[in-house]
Amino acid sequence: MTVISDTFNELKSRNQGALIAYLTVGDPHPKRTPRLAEALIDGGADILELGIPFSDPIADGPTIQNAVSRSLASGSRPVDALNIAREIKDGSDVPIVLMTYFNPIFRFGVSKFIRSTKRCGISGIIVPDLPVEESVEYKKECAAEGIDTIFLASPSTDTTRLKRILAQTSGYLYLISLYGVTGIRTQIAESATAMIKKYHDIIAGSIPLAVGFGISKPEHVKHVIQAGADGAIIGSAFVKIIDDNRGNIPLAAKKLKSLAQAMKKGTVTK
Amino acid sequence: MHALIDLEREYARLKEDKDFQSQLEHLLEDFAGRPTPLYYAPNLTRKCGGAKIYIKREDLAHGGAHKINNTIGQALLAKKMGKKRVIAETGAGQHGVASAIACAALELSCEVYMGSEDVERQKLNVFRMNLLGTQVHPVGSGSRTLKDAINEAFRDWVTNVENTYYLMGSVVGPHPYPTIVRDFQSVIGRETREQIIQKEGRLPDAIVACVGGGSNSIGAFYPFLGNEEVALYGVEAGGLGLTSGKHAASLCAGDEGVFHGMLTYILQDKDGQIKSTHSISAGLDYPGVGPEHAYLKSTQRAQYVAVTDEQALEGFMELSKSEGIIPALESAHAVYYAMALSSKMTRDQIVVINLSGRGDKDVNVVAEKLGTRL
Repeated sequence: MTVISDTFNELKSRNQGALIAYLTVGDPHPKRTPRLAEALIDGGADILELGIPFSDPIADGPTIQNAVSRSLASGSRPVDALNIAREIKDGSDVPIVLMTYFNPIFRFGVSKFIRSTKRCGISGIIVPDLPVEESVEYKKECAAEGIDTIFLASPSTDTTRLKRILAQTSGYLYLISLYGVTGIRTQIAESATAMIKKYHDIIAGSIPLAVGFGISKPEHVKHVIQAGADGAIIGSAFVKIIDDNRGNIPLAAKKLKSLAQAMKKGTVTK
Repeated sequence: MHALIDLEREYARLKEDKDFQSQLEHLLEDFAGRPTPLYYAPNLTRKCGGAKIYIKREDLAHGGAHKINNTIGQALLAKKMGKKRVIAETGAGQHGVASAIACAALELSCEVYMGSEDVERQKLNVFRMNLLGTQVHPVGSGSRTLKDAINEAFRDWVTNVENTYYLMGSVVGPHPYPTIVRDFQSVIGRETREQIIQKEGRLPDAIVACVGGGSNSIGAFYPFLGNEEVALYGVEAGGLGLTSGKHAASLCAGDEGVFHGMLTYILQDKDGQIKSTHSISAGLDYPGVGPEHAYLKSTQRAQYVAVTDEQALEGFMELSKSEGIIPALESAHAVYYAMALSSKMTRDQIVVINLSGRGDKDVNVVAEKLGTRL
C-alpha cells in the first residue's frame, strides 16, 4: 500500500472521491508556489499535483502553456519543485505527485530524479509523453523507491493497450476525459460518462480511477464522481485564478481556497 | 499512441501493396516531375579545382523542393486510410506548400500550422498555400517558429485524431514517422545511384546534403549506407557560429534528449528546456534532428559539420553565378561545404550535392543581407 492508495481508501470509507489539484511550480515565481499550494490544501485538495515546467508542453492547452512560460521566465528550475515539495510536506500530509515531460527528467538523470523525489517525500510521478511501451526501466526504478507511476489512458486507448498501461500503473489511473489537451471547458465531454463507466468496469476496483482534462467546475466534479470515478483532477481552472491575480498573491490564494472548497463538495457522494 | 500504432500497421500493409506503389509511382513521375536530373556542374568543378561536382536537382521537383516526395506519399497514405482531413506543420512554408499541393491533387482538406513569426517572414508561401485551398493557422505560443507549429499540430491531432491525418514534414517525431518519411525521400538516393552509374560507371566518393530535421539528407544517404566507400556529409546550420549559441546545429553542438517523441540530439539548456535556434534559412531552424542521423553519427557512417550563415550566403552566390542555379538557402549550406570538400579532393574523384530546393523564396532575405532594396 502506498500513501496515495491509502488516501483513496480512506476517502472511500467516508463516501468521498479525491480532489486532485494541479498547479505549475514557479508560476508566477517559485517563492509564491508554497503559499498557493497551501491554499489548495486548505480548500480541501486530497492530492496535490505539482507541474515542473517544460518549454514545449504538447499535452497542454493555452492556460497551462502560459503558466509554464511565466514560470520559466521567472527562472524556475526542476530542483525548485523538489525543494518546494519538501517544504509543503513539512506542514501537510497530503500526497504530492510531480507532473512533467520526459526531457527534464532525462537531463536531470532518471535514477537521480527518482531518488530525489523519494527524498523530498513525493509519492508519485506523471509523465504524459512517456508511453508505457518505453517505461520498463523507469517503472522498475520507481517501484524500488516506492514511488507510484501514474500513467494516462485516453478515449482512443483500446483494451489491449489498457491492460499494458494498467500493468505499469500504480497510485491511480489518469483517465483523459476527452480527445484533446488540458484546458477549461464549459461542459465535460458527452462521451465522458460512458467512458468512465466502461473504465470503472474494466478496472473493477484494482486501482483508483481519476479523471482529468477539461474538469473545470464543481458540477463537473460531481458528474465524474457520480459516473464512477474515484477522483477528479483539476488544473487549468486553478491556474487561471493564479494568472488573473498574479499581482495579488493573497487574493489568488483566497480564491484558490474557495474554488477548491466548492470542487471538494462535488466529490462527496452521500 | 493508438493513432501511431494504427499508422504503423497501415503503412506496413500499404508499403507492400502493388496498387499503392503504382499510384505513387505515377504521381511522382507525371505530377511531381521525377526523376529529377543529376547534373554535372562543369563551371563550379573548374573553380574548385578538385573533384567533379554533380548536382542532384531536387530544386526542379514540383513545388521547388524535395518536400513533394514525402507529401505525395503521405497524402496517398492518408487517403487509403480513409482520413478526410490532413494537418501539417511548416517552418519556412516549403512543407506547408508541398502538403497543400498534394492535398489539392488528392482532394483532401488541408490545414497548416505555422509559427506567427514565420507567417510574417514568409508571406509569399502563406499566400501560395491559400491559393492551393489550404488554411494556415498562425501559432503564437513559445518561440512562434517551427517547433511550436509542431506542438500545435500535435495538439490538433490528439483532439481530432479520429478523422485527421498528421502529415509530418521531416524525419522527426515519434515512430513510425522518421521511417515513413525516410522511405518516401529515399527516391532521391535511388535515382542518384542509377544516374551516377550511368554517367560515370561508378558510385560517387562523397554525397553532401544539408540537415535541418534531416529528410533530404537521409533520402540522399539511405541507399548508399551499405557502400562504405561513399562518404556521407550532413551539413547543419552554423548560424552565427557554433560558439555564438545562435545556430541550429543539433548534431554538432547538441546533447541527447527526448523531444517530439524521439530520442536524439537536441539543443537544450542544462535543465532540458528546448532552446531557440537561429539560421539564415528558416528550413533548418529546428532544435532537434531525425533520430536516424543521431544513429549515423554514433556509428560514424556519416559525418556532420556546420556551415555559418555567411558561408551559406557565399555558396548561394557562387552557385547562382557559376552555374545559373539559384539554390535555396538551406541547400546553399551543402553547396558551400561541397565546394570546400571538392577542392581538397583529386580530379578523378566525384562529389554529389543534393540540391534540396530552389532559392526563389529566399531572394528577399538575400537582398536584405546584401543591402539591396527590392
